[in-house]
Parts: sequence; C-alpha cells; structure tokens
Amino acid sequence: MASGAAVEFRFYRDVRPILSNHCFRCHGPDAEKRETELRLDTRQGLLGATATGKAIVVPGDPPASELYRRITAPHADEQMPPAEANVPLSQAQIEVLRRWIEAGAQWQEHWAYGPLVRPALPRPSGAGPADNPIDRFILARLEREGLAFSAVADAITLARRLSLDLTGLPPAPVEVEAFAGDASGSRYVEFVEKLLASAAYGERMAVYWLDLVRYADSGGYHSDVDQPISPYRDYVIAAFNDNLPFDQFTREQLAGDLLPRPTIAERIATGYNRLNKTTEEGGAQAGEYLAKSAADRVRTTSGVWLAATLGCAECHDHKYDPFTARDFYSFAAFFADVKEQGVYSAGGRAPELALPTPDQSARMAELKAAASEVERRLAGLSGAQADDRPALETRAKELAETLGELKKSLPRTMITVSVPPREMRVLPRGNWLDSSGARVEPALPAFLAAPSGQRRLTRLDLAEWLVARDNPLTARVFVNRLWKLFFGVGLSKSLDDFGAQGEPPTHPELLDWLAIEFVDSGWDIKHMVRLLVNSRAYRQASVPSAELIARDPANRLFARQGRWRLEAEFIRDAALVISKQLVRRIGGPSVKPYQPEGYWEFLNFPKRDWKADRGSDQYRRGLYTHWQRTFLHPSLLAFDAPSREECAADRPVSNTPQGALVLLNDPTYVECARVFAQRVLDEGGTDDASRIAWAWRGALSRAPEARESALLLELLSESRAKFEANEPAAQSLVAVGQAPISNRHRPGEIAAWTAVTRAILNLHETVSRN
Amino acid sequence: MLPREDNFWSPDPLRVTRRAFLGRTSLGLGALGLAGLTSAGFASDDSVGPNQRAKQSGTEHPAGLPHFAPRAKRVIFLCMAGGPSHFETFDPKPKLSEMHGQPMPASFTAGQPIAQLQGQQLVCQAPLFGFRRWGQSGQQISEVLRHIGGIADELCIVRSMHTDQINHDPAHTVMNTGTSISGRPSMGSWILYGLGSAAANLPGFVVLTSTSKDGRNPQPIAARQWHSGFLPSRHQGVAFQSHGDPVHYLGSPPGVTPSEQGRLVSTVSRLDAIRNELLANPEVETRIAQYELAFRMQTSVPELMNVSDEPAHVLDAYGVQGADGSFAYNCLLARRLAESGVRFIQLYHRDWDHHNDLVKFMHVCARDCDRPTAALVNDLKQRGMLDETLIVWGGEFGRTPMAQSNKGGVGRDHHMRAFSMFLAGGGIRGGITYGGTDELGYHAVENPVHVHDLHATMLHLLGLDHTRLVFRYQGRAFRLTDVAGQVVRPILA
Repeated sequence: MASGAAVEFRFYRDVRPILSNHCFRCHGPDAEKRETELRLDTRQGLLGATATGKAIVVPGDPPASELYRRITAPHADEQMPPAEANVPLSQAQIEVLRRWIEAGAQWQEHWAYGPLVRPALPRPSGAGPADNPIDRFILARLEREGLAFSAVADAITLARRLSLDLTGLPPAPVEVEAFAGDASGSRYVEFVEKLLASAAYGERMAVYWLDLVRYADSGGYHSDVDQPISPYRDYVIAAFNDNLPFDQFTREQLAGDLLPRPTIAERIATGYNRLNKTTEEGGAQAGEYLAKSAADRVRTTSGVWLAATLGCAECHDHKYDPFTARDFYSFAAFFADVKEQGVYSAGGRAPELALPTPDQSARMAELKAAASEVERRLAGLSGAQADDRPALETRAKELAETLGELKKSLPRTMITVSVPPREMRVLPRGNWLDSSGARVEPALPAFLAAPSGQRRLTRLDLAEWLVARDNPLTARVFVNRLWKLFFGVGLSKSLDDFGAQGEPPTHPELLDWLAIEFVDSGWDIKHMVRLLVNSRAYRQASVPSAELIARDPANRLFARQGRWRLEAEFIRDAALVISKQLVRRIGGPSVKPYQPEGYWEFLNFPKRDWKADRGSDQYRRGLYTHWQRTFLHPSLLAFDAPSREECAADRPVSNTPQGALVLLNDPTYVECARVFAQRVLDEGGTDDASRIAWAWRGALSRAPEARESALLLELLSESRAKFEANEPAAQSLVAVGQAPISNRHRPGEIAAWTAVTRAILNLHETVSRN
Repeated sequence: MLPREDNFWSPDPLRVTRRAFLGRTSLGLGALGLAGLTSAGFASDDSVGPNQRAKQSGTEHPAGLPHFAPRAKRVIFLCMAGGPSHFETFDPKPKLSEMHGQPMPASFTAGQPIAQLQGQQLVCQAPLFGFRRWGQSGQQISEVLRHIGGIADELCIVRSMHTDQINHDPAHTVMNTGTSISGRPSMGSWILYGLGSAAANLPGFVVLTSTSKDGRNPQPIAARQWHSGFLPSRHQGVAFQSHGDPVHYLGSPPGVTPSEQGRLVSTVSRLDAIRNELLANPEVETRIAQYELAFRMQTSVPELMNVSDEPAHVLDAYGVQGADGSFAYNCLLARRLAESGVRFIQLYHRDWDHHNDLVKFMHVCARDCDRPTAALVNDLKQRGMLDETLIVWGGEFGRTPMAQSNKGGVGRDHHMRAFSMFLAGGGIRGGITYGGTDELGYHAVENPVHVHDLHATMLHLLGLDHTRLVFRYQGRAFRLTDVAGQVVRPILA
C-alpha cells in the first residue's frame, strides 16, 4: 500500500461494498438493467466518463468527480441513488467515498478474483522463528490492534476440542487422561496424528461435504421416494480418510466417468452429478424438470467450488457479480451429457451401478455357470434325448429367475453416464417453455476464463479448470471453509458468497497464503488441517475476556478460539459414545434410528412407515441416518441439519425449545441415559459420590465441582425415593429402547440413576465444543 | 446445597418451575419472563439488526416493524391442498356449459404448460355443480358449499389468482415461499420474523394437517412448506401431529411424572448456570429460557389440543366429533391457537386433487370442509376476533376447464393460469368478488392477482411493507415477494 490513506481504505473492503449495495442494481453487471451504459463495477467504468463526457471519478478531486457531485446533489432530480430505489446513502458512506476519491481513488481487484500470489510472512514482534505461519498473520493483526493471543486452553479443553473437531466424537476418559497427564511437547502433535488417522475423521469431514453437495437418500420432490446413493457417501468418507488430493476428489466427482478406464470408486464418485432433486409426480413435464435439474447443478457446482451465486443469473445477468445469463446456461451445458430423465417412475433412478458383495458376485458366477451348462446341454440334445428337454428348459428358466432376483437385490448407486448432449439454450427469464434464446455450448464464466478453442468442453475440462493453478476461487473457498470448521467462523464469513456482496476476509493475506499452500501441497487436505490445529491460534482458550467481548464480540480477530454447539449428528454421536453404545461400522446403507410415529403421515406414492432398525444399526453415527429430504428426522432438524435440497455451506445454530425436547424426551437419548446409568452402576464405584464423579468425567472429561455433585446427589436421592415407591414407573422408564436391561440392579436404582445421566446428557457443556 | 422450598412440587408444574428458577438459580435470569420463542441463534445475521431488548421480552422482530398500523394481528391460512376446481366453487362459467364436449379452442391452450393431459385430446367440461347467489351481497358460490355461502357477506372472493407452477410440490412451494426453488423461508416464517410471536407458551407458527378417510388418494405435503429457509430457525413452523405427541418429543419419557421432569429441567438449568459463571456465554442464558419454555409446552400444548372444555353448541357448529385430526377439529384448534396469540396458523386439508370422480370427491371435501370453515369465521366474529384475524382460503392452483376422463368419473387436471381463493376478516372488504377469468376460466384476465400480490397484500394487512421486509442472504436482500408483488388495494376495507 502506497500511502497512509490507502492503508486506511481498502477499496474492496470499504468502498466497493457501498457501490455494490447502492449502485450496482442499475450501474452494475446486468446489461439489461444497466442505466445509461454507466458501469461502476469495473475499473474502466469507474475511472471513465459519462455519456456526456463528465469524468465519473477524478482521483484526488471529489468536487470534480461526477459520482461525488451526484451523491451530494441537493435536488431530487439529480440525486443518486434516486429516492425510488429505496437505498439512500448515509452521511458516513458519502464521507467514505469522498475520502477515498481525495486519497487518490485507488482501485483494487475484487479480493477473491485476483491471481493467487503467496504473500510474505509478516514478522510480528511476538512470534519466534519456528512459529506456524498462521500465527504470524493472526498475531501481526492482533499487534496492530494492541491485542495478543489468549492463554493456551487447559489440557482437558484441548483434548475435547481436538477430538470433537477432528472426529466429531468426544474423547474417551482414558484418552483425556493420557493427553492431560503427558507433559511432553509431542503429546499434542501425536494426539492430532492419532485422530487424523482414525476412521472417524473421514466421517466428520464427510458431514460437511455432504451438506455442500446436498447428499440425501430421497429424491426430494413430491413422493420423495428413496434413491440409491449411499455408496457415494462412503466414497466421500474414504476420500477424506485416504486423504485423496482435493483436485482428484474434484475430478472424480464431476467427471470420474470420463477418466481413462475409470475405477469403481471413480464411477461411484460421479453420483455427485445425480444429487439434484428428482420427481415422479404425475403430470410433471420432463422438459420442465430437466430445466430444473440443470439450474440445480449450476447453483450447486458454482456454490461448492466457487462460492459463487451463479444461480442468480438464471433469469437475468447477475446484479452484483460479472456473471451473465449466458454464463449460467453455458455452465449448465457442461452437464448436458448426463444421462437422466426429467420425470422418473417406479423408484428407479437409472443409470445405476450395481455393487455386488463378494458373496453376491460368487453366487452370480455360480448361477451363470449353471445356466450356460444347461444351455450347452440343451443345444447338444439329440433326437433320442428329447425327453430331457422339458426338465432342462424348466431348469434354465429357474436359473434365469434366480439370477434376475439376485440382480434386483444388489446394492446400487446412481452414477453418471455420458450420452450425446441435449441441446441447451439460454432460457429467457428462466422460462423453460421459451425456446427463443441462443443455443449455448459448455463454457466457463467469461470473466474468469478465456474462451476455449474448437473442441466441445466436457465435465472433465470443467473439473480441470476448477483445480487449475490459476483458478482464483477454488482454493480460497475451500481453505476458508476449513478455517470455519476449526475456528467457528470463516476468514470471510460468507462461506457461500465470494462475490461482490460477500464479506471481504478479515485476514486477506492469510486467506491467500493458505490457498497457495493448499495448491502447493498438492491439494493435501490433511496437511491443511494439521497446519490449522497445530497453530497457537487454534490452541487458545475460548472464554473471552471482558476486553475481548467489548473489542471483538464476534471474534473476527481470533484473539481467542471459537465455541459453539455441536452439529446435529455429533450431538447424537456424543450420547452414543458416552453410553458406549456407538457401533463404529463405517458406511453401508443408511439406517433408521427411532423416529416419532406418524411423522411420515403426509408422504404418499407410496405410503410408507419408518421402521426403526433393530440391533446394531440402531446405534450408528448420525451421518448414517436415512436422509429424507421432505421429512428429515426431527431430531436432526431440531439441531439445524439442512434438508439437503440445496447446497448448504453454513448451518445456522439455533437454540430452541425443540432442541430441549429432543434431548429430554427422544427415546434415543432416554435409552442412552439408561444404558449410561447401568454402566455407572457397574463401573463407577460403589458409593453415590464416586459414581457421580465417574459419570461426570465420562461425559465431560473433567471432575465435577462440589456444587455440581451436590445438585446431582440431590436429584438422585429424590428420584430414588420416587422410583422405589413406584416400581412400575421405574420399569417403564428402563424399558425404553432395545438395549438389554441389566439384571444386576433393581429397576428403581437404574431409573434413579437414569435421572442423573439424563441431566448430564442434557447439559450445555455435553453438546458444546469450547 | 441450595435451600429447598416446601412447595416446590405443587400441582401446577408451570408456576412451580418458574418459581424454582427465579428462586433458586444462581443467575439473576432476567430472561425468564420470556414470552415467546426467542432464542438468540446467530441473530447477528438479521439484516435490519436485532432488537435485543425485544428479544428478551419475546416480541423480538427487526427494528422499525411493523412499518405501519396493522389491520390484522394474525393469519389463519386454510390451504385446500390438491387444488380445488374454481369451476365448481367460486367461478361460474356458463359458456363452458355451452361448449361442453367440444374441443378446447387452441387459442387458449397453444404453448401452455399441460400436466396430466399432455398428449391427450382437450375437451371442454361443463361445470358439474350449479351456483347460487348468497347473502345481501349476492355473491355467487357453488351450491355444494352452502355453509360458506352462508358467510358470503364476509368474504372477498378473488377469481383471478394465478401462479407459476403446475405440479403440486413446486406449486405449494410457490404459494408458501414465492418461488419454486427450495431453501427460501415460508410466509409464516417471514411474518414471525417481522412481527415476533405473541404466544407465551406455544410456537408462533403452527401447522395442522387433515386427510379424509374416503377422499381421493391425497398428495404429499413436504415439511419444506413451513421451513424457515435462511431465516433464523426459531421462525420455523411447528407441525402438530394428529397421532402420538402433537409436537415431536413433547411427552416426558414413560414413568416420568411432570414434577420429576420439572425437577430434571431445573437441575440441568442450574448446572448450566454454574458452568456459565466461568464461560459467560449468553447462549447459555437463552438455553435455560428455552428449556423452561419446552417444559411449559409439555403442559400447554396438550391443554390446547384438549377441546373437552368447549361447549356442545360450539362443537356442533364446527361438526367436531372429538380429537380426531379432522379438518373440523383443526378449525376449532385454529381458533384456540389464535386466542393464544399464535401469529400464523396454517391448516392443510389434502383431499382436493380431483383428477377423476370430481362430483363424488367434491361432496367429500364439502362434507369435511364447508361447515368448519364457516363455523370458524362465525366463531371468530362472535368473539370479536375476526377483525384482527386474516383468513385465507384456497389451494396451490386451480383446475382445467378441460375434462380429464382417463379413469372413473370425469375430473379436471392441474391448472396454474387461473384459480379462485377467498379472504376474510382483518382489513378485508367483505361481500365482494374481485378479478375475473376469461369466458372459459382458462386465464386470469381481469385484475390478475399473482401469488406475489397475495403475499404483498397479506403482509400489508399485518402492517408490513413487502418491499422492506428483507433479509440479507448470499449477498442479497431477499423478500417474500422477490422483486414483484403489488398490494391489491381494492379488496382492502
């Protein structure tokens, strides 16, 4: 930055958002709505002249600048923005524009679109040479603000934080003890490595990715019937666990089928292109739903990789970002070769890939061999053996039927199959019935990429462009989301909008440094996660000082760690871990935990009942829950899991009575509490106080304070008196769920302890990451 | 150990818990007087800026709202899901009788979206019921809806509705959110966001659904229809179930009495409060209030659902046979919800998709919906509440003037270019018919009213300017009415 004023004003942070919010709707990227051909969203436009030759902005001279003159014009007929636009500028905003012009009207490229250049590491005075580069950036900014890092969090908090962040599961007490008891410098790094190597890491990372790509087990429209797709979910888990480089992860999902000799995994990955909502509704018109799915893919793909709101350009050029409607349909054209139907019928979602288990493969081979043997014998029958023919024919028919049945029962997954592309046109105003728009071929957004040569571009070209070194967005978008996962808020809060209306990053150099590091590492996700969680910034305490609450209430400077309620799936997982009920099987078909009866009453075609799984599938991690788009499991919904109809980069965190009711009354949590109570009685010692301490430590990784134990002892003795006086009540409480009822303890005693463990499972601390 | 109150376990768990909280928690929890669903969440995203004080008092909504004096305090939206035929309800078309059996003129249908009649011969179908003039206003309403006919002077019938989608699921999504793209907030959520809740012990947006036992195979209704989209999730509608717990997880676990549950909740809150001495996290205070509200709901919702305290003449007027989940029962609950301060009450009745046997199924729908609808309007009027309650009645679209006769008796297909709705109550001019369709009822031609216009008008009656009720999401100020919508002023009182 050349001058002091330029440091003070960052064009894209301070000036451009004002222009974007107040001027771009008429003087922005949308050619159709642009008034008088004046553009304020480009450097050329801003530093150019009006149609009548007046200079828009004269650097250093606000009064000579038409822009300044018009925003300060006293008369309504000259004043900008016009009153009817209903977006008046405040005095403070006018002052920002004035000072910006006065200081030389420096123009800067939008922060997310400029080329990635590795910034020099700052040298804050408080950083030593071995410090994590992340800390240099964070600390340099803190020092400018006269702040410092918060103290390192205590060992128990760190152990829980790492475990929850890297696996979505709370640590076992023995892990916490080992971590807290080991004073050596390497314990932290070793614990991180252990967690990164656990299979639960991939499950945890998958939860976020599945929100982005809108993974679900049902089609989403109307009858919302099941779709076969869980192998794709397992592919995502495995990709994170195997640390598949992100560029390859991208290629495989968008275009695995177009890779040379694609593997099964690469073909499963292409389920990504099939995750749009689908319908079987009678009277639905194929053309309309093909248009819907095309638009759906543009919204999702541009959202997942580019954090671009390209979907806004479906009916008109984008109002704020330089995407045209033509860009929208050209982007959609990349997917015009995806074999699909506008309207499906009878539950099929062809094309699907059958994925026989080894046993099923062997059985199929057997049946085929037997069938060809029968065929061979039939063909070789001579006249004398004609009597054998009916028996052989019956046998052949039986074998064919058995094989057919077996094939129908094979696990399947939706995949992408490339067919000759259907014609794509710009749909005027998004109207699928209007075929008057220009025909388009696949093309990258014009302002981000030069037009290609003669060959028709493919999904693989799109994937290659997304992960090309010079793509300015993909790496920035991804590292910003990683930052959000480990700090609670992105460097740019706008996880899903890196355009003009998105929030500029608080630490732009750090964002760029991380993005370059990601690309240079070979798109190594675990490398980036290590960098983040091994930083000093990550290890800070999350309890804010009074000064920080006043100075930085939203924690945008990262002078402390973030803290938040766990994601819906991880709340369930925590209860299952604490009660030691969690079944740690990875992948497979989605499962059905207990769900309130009648919740699917309004589903139809066909009518369906939710049948809760019996046995081990009842105790699987939350991410394996059958994801019904129109009726998501109510306990997931209560904790803000998205329906996955659209790309979701950021879940809200609500705090509602529905959440309280789930933890209090959902049989899943009641059963967990009861099984936990049985464990307390079996393993927690012999007297009430030590049992309470044991239970507390099991759930919260720490010893209870005296006041805390006292409250639970009080609850225990009251509950004990009540349940001892009312045996049937105790019996009905301990009968909740499928887990065996311990016969080592009286039902009254289990029920009394269940009150205690219910209280513990309901604590804010139990469902929070600090 | 905290001191013990002798009367801690009184028979009224509601009062007890509040006392317990106030008397016994270590925090001076100012939020306990909370009168609504008011969690903080990430309210910093509210574009207009959250009103912290209002948030604590339960009337939370963006600053400066309502924009002007409201005519209505609440909405009861009676959604006739499936799409009632306008030809047999509110839009008489004698010309269609004349042309019965003749080909539908291509001038109407060329280039138009067609649903199940795609590729079939399009033939005019005469209206299957006669119309009568009702009340002093002489409004024309089908003879099959005689109870609704009886309240004709209260109704503003809009014959010129039109929408953008021709299939049920997306058309419902348009009716609720103004667009067919998923993920946008429903109108009830927008209204709750704009005005806050006035209900102390109930959610501010409640959905009730009914299905006849002998109606046509009903259409699914997705939970998306009452979702809060990108608005804070506390504005989400809560669907009351007709079986089991009316609200998910409302019942305490088996063997646990209300007082024991209250004791548990109070222990959880006290433990949370102790920990929060260290953490100083405002979310914990909100959470404590939400636990208290959840516990109050465990009592208040079953009380609301239990209509045994209603006098016989009221039950008779609605035709309520008991807590059976019928439309009649739901209409009575709607009045009780309105009395409790619930802001947006939405009833779905799922039986109006009359592709075939329209006469038979229209009789079924009339039997189940006609009397309760009229009873609700009359009941509200008697209680002096009609003036402050906006009633909206109608489906997600209308039906074709063309016959559909591929199975059973004749019916009509989906139609999006014209349909009828009615409004009544708060701020609406009763006894008028607004707008009109062409002579065959195909297009809305006179004063067309798009769904966006309906939304703009509803918000207007609630004191909200639809162009200024905005929420910033993905870099853009979103509205219920997107970039369209005009208040339909001629129908305002």
